[in-house]
Amino acid sequence: MSARYLHVLEAGPSMTVQDAGRAGYLGEGLSRSGAADALALAEGAALLRQGAELATVEMAGMGGAFRPSHDMRIALSGAPMRADVDGARLTWNASHLLPAGAVLRIGAAEAGTYGYLHLGGGVATPSVLGSRAAHLAAGVGGALKVGDELPVGDETSDAVGLTLDPAPRFTGGEVRVTESMQTALFSGETLSRFESTEFTRDARANRMGVRMAFDGAPFAAEGQLAILSEVIVPGDIQMTGDGTPFVLLPECQTTGGYPRIGTVIPPDMPRVAQAGPGAALRFRFISQQEGVDALRRHRDALAALPRGVRALLRDPAQMSDLLSYQLIDGAVSAHDPDPKGDHE
Amino acid sequence: MSRPEGFPKIAPVGLCGMAIRFSASLSEQANRAALAFRAGLEKAGWEGVEEVSTSLTSAFVRFDPLRLSHDGLEAQLRDMLDARDWYGADLPGGRKHFRIPCVLGTELGPQFGDAAAEAGLSEAQAREELCAARPRVLTIGFAPGQPYTGELPAHWDIPRLKELTPKVPQGALVVAIRQLIIFANDTPTGWRHIGQTAFRCFCPEADEPFALRPGDEISLRAIDAEELHAIRARDRTGLGGAEIEVIE
Repeated sequence: MSARYLHVLEAGPSMTVQDAGRAGYLGEGLSRSGAADALALAEGAALLRQGAELATVEMAGMGGAFRPSHDMRIALSGAPMRADVDGARLTWNASHLLPAGAVLRIGAAEAGTYGYLHLGGGVATPSVLGSRAAHLAAGVGGALKVGDELPVGDETSDAVGLTLDPAPRFTGGEVRVTESMQTALFSGETLSRFESTEFTRDARANRMGVRMAFDGAPFAAEGQLAILSEVIVPGDIQMTGDGTPFVLLPECQTTGGYPRIGTVIPPDMPRVAQAGPGAALRFRFISQQEGVDALRRHRDALAALPRGVRALLRDPAQMSDLLSYQLIDGAVSAHDPDPKGDHE
Repeated sequence: MSRPEGFPKIAPVGLCGMAIRFSASLSEQANRAALAFRAGLEKAGWEGVEEVSTSLTSAFVRFDPLRLSHDGLEAQLRDMLDARDWYGADLPGGRKHFRIPCVLGTELGPQFGDAAAEAGLSEAQAREELCAARPRVLTIGFAPGQPYTGELPAHWDIPRLKELTPKVPQGALVVAIRQLIIFANDTPTGWRHIGQTAFRCFCPEADEPFALRPGDEISLRAIDAEELHAIRARDRTGLGGAEIEVIE
């Protein structure tokens, strides 16, 4: 069998290969990178009945056009984007069969920020330091561009035509925060104002961090300029010199001297990363124990994702188009088809 | 007293991290303590610990709180802190000295004269001092492989600039607060840009992607722009013409 490739025919400005990232190099100054929305990785894996460690294509704000060398299974997750195969609309949060030579087009995000194109067998680019994840800030990998041929791994399943209901996270909402090393440098008054302020994702956002726009006075720590550089982790809410918060994402720096008012708990990071332009976010401090309980529920929910996948029932009006591409030919192997739940 | 009042301290870093802080300001002893404590954590290999690192005067533990509780980890850390005088620890073993060619001043180091004046030196004196110095890598961080080295003599305690320079290039040598950094990537900075090397802090494709480790020493060999160009043209390793010797 000849090598399987996905040809990139058109590329949005920030499409990268991502997986769970490369952990273990914090001491060398290299942050983990990996998918901005780790939940979307797990959803894609569940829809394709494959491992969540496989690499995928992350698309910030805008997708692209792709043509597979062979029949390929795909799944779409994360920020919903308009997708079609040779003009036939595809359901988001679902897996499909993409026939060899057909053109898959993925447009702009309709809500949220990061959409994901998962491939049966995973993206099989060379691994660097144990991961395929691009880390643009560190110069590992790069944005995908027109003409790229993405190698795709061997298939381990034939499941397609599956869907799931994604956890809501594309329109802002409440984000839970635990105390961090420098929370005590902020006065009680500043902390409560921080909790009661409504923030929106600023246009100045990328995989390193998201600037939080707000109305009101800056959030100042005491002795802000004198802080010795300390370790930084994704989720840290860094208060820059002008008193504006930045929530740090997977490509953040590994140390920094700006005070951190708190740290977003890992289960709520997809909500921060995915907040679309104008989506309102609020931060709420919780105790460490509440954070641990939330993390446990989050891990349980991830483990339960494959069981929540069900058969995708199609709108009969689209059937003829789909049949012409044999998109419903693949095996459907949902455990628990639930027609009542079939909505987008 | 090498042990600052109220230290060491244990502090949460998000839900899945804890920092062990040995000082609120940089000192030789606190830096050694952090490095030795990290080595101790690596050796201990506790269940639930996923990664350890250091910053200037702190060690850091990333852990899975569903496998190792916060209270449990904190108790283990306290026991380890009490087991010895970490401030008196030796430097890590296997250290190396990197002699790195560098253009000091000229348009490749446009803030060199300014930095020399801040340190109260002529440019010739500053060049001589910087080439004679052998600062130690205190920590690697911010960007991949990027060394924070020090400490330079006290008159180099010059502040960072309030106005950031929008972009200094990869391999730039910058100075502030008695430390020298060689930048891993093009970056905006408040540190003064005083020189240029061909040294790459991080080569993802190399056998050893991160050349420098905390505890290593660096020194500078003054070169001109022509030699820098020649080094770049022939460099296949990313070391930028650095000569390396094992210290111990």
